[in-house]
Amino acid sequence: MSTTAEVPPPGFSEPDAEDLRQADFPPVMPIAISTLVLIVAGGIVVAAQYGRPPKLTIPVVLLSVAAVLLLVNAVLVVRIQEFARPVFHRVLGWALLAYVVIAGILEYVFLYDHTPGRELALFSAMLLLFALDVPLMLSYSVARWQAPDAR
Amino acid sequence: MTDTAIESGLGAPPTTSAGRDVARSGEPGTTPPPGAGGHGPPPVPSFNIVPVRALPVVAVILVGLVVAIASNNLWALTFFHVAGGGLWTSLDLFLGLILGPIMGSLTIPARIEFTTKFMPKMLLIMPTLVAMTLGAGFQLARHMGNLEASYPHHGWVVASYIVVGCMAVIALGLLEPANLAVLFELKKPRPNGARIQRLMKVFIYTAGITGLLQILTILIMTFLASR
Repeated sequence: MSTTAEVPPPGFSEPDAEDLRQADFPPVMPIAISTLVLIVAGGIVVAAQYGRPPKLTIPVVLLSVAAVLLLVNAVLVVRIQEFARPVFHRVLGWALLAYVVIAGILEYVFLYDHTPGRELALFSAMLLLFALDVPLMLSYSVARWQAPDAR
Repeated sequence: MTDTAIESGLGAPPTTSAGRDVARSGEPGTTPPPGAGGHGPPPVPSFNIVPVRALPVVAVILVGLVVAIASNNLWALTFFHVAGGGLWTSLDLFLGLILGPIMGSLTIPARIEFTTKFMPKMLLIMPTLVAMTLGAGFQLARHMGNLEASYPHHGWVVASYIVVGCMAVIALGLLEPANLAVLFELKKPRPNGARIQRLMKVFIYTAGITGLLQILTILIMTFLASR
């Protein structure tokens, strides 16, 4: 292996303003990942009971906590002072479009399969949170590394 | 999508003015950054964050998936599930175990050039393969009665849900954000090399981990298929 592969050119890997600003940001990613874990766990609990009368208490609790976390995360993002909002909104818009399509396909499968009412309501709420949480993660993870005035 | 949006790779969101994304002169991808060829950051080739020309291919695959589900055609469902799962597993393992170490040994300009050509494609390929595999797989399992709680090997099916859940969290929470962040970093006038390396490591390692989890899924699926 040549040494040229190891040594970055001067000025290429020094910490910049975005690196220094990271400590000021709230824990958006850990909260968003926790939200996703709760949504997925709720989905697994419901799917594991397929074909018999489901017990929905645990999935409802998981879903409620996920909804609260998503709301908290949205507030945290809104309150960030120095943030590349144009970039955030641009990525958020496209990611929302993509994940609404994905969630729409899954919702179609549940409707097509005549999923019973209570389970369908739960799955639909999970899909809604999923379609909001993932775009939030994607847009935040891009915008956090951009200069506040970046477009 | 407007020509302007295509030019910049990722245009304005549907909710905002499309005219905002006019490619600026001096933006990376149109001209090399300062210091190219001498000291300072290496040049970044022109690239689109979203390969717009590939979107019709993705649309055709997704429409095919919906048709397969709607028609409950056993062959079509098996095709989408097996083809998607096979490609997803192979790609993850190839990335984590073969391509990752090769990328680590490349020079920085070579890594940048490879990344700008490779990562935009991954942004479309991976979600499409995941949608194919999981959408068709769920419907196939339902069609064959494997989802029922009364199915004799139901525990194994639930185990596969858990493995897939872990993969989904890793892919959506770590891999995809890293993929997108690298692409936007490379679009900057002066990309931060250390940050790109960190994010690429996250991408490659998480791809490798999901590849290993895929092997676990294949073990469960082949066990179930042979019962």
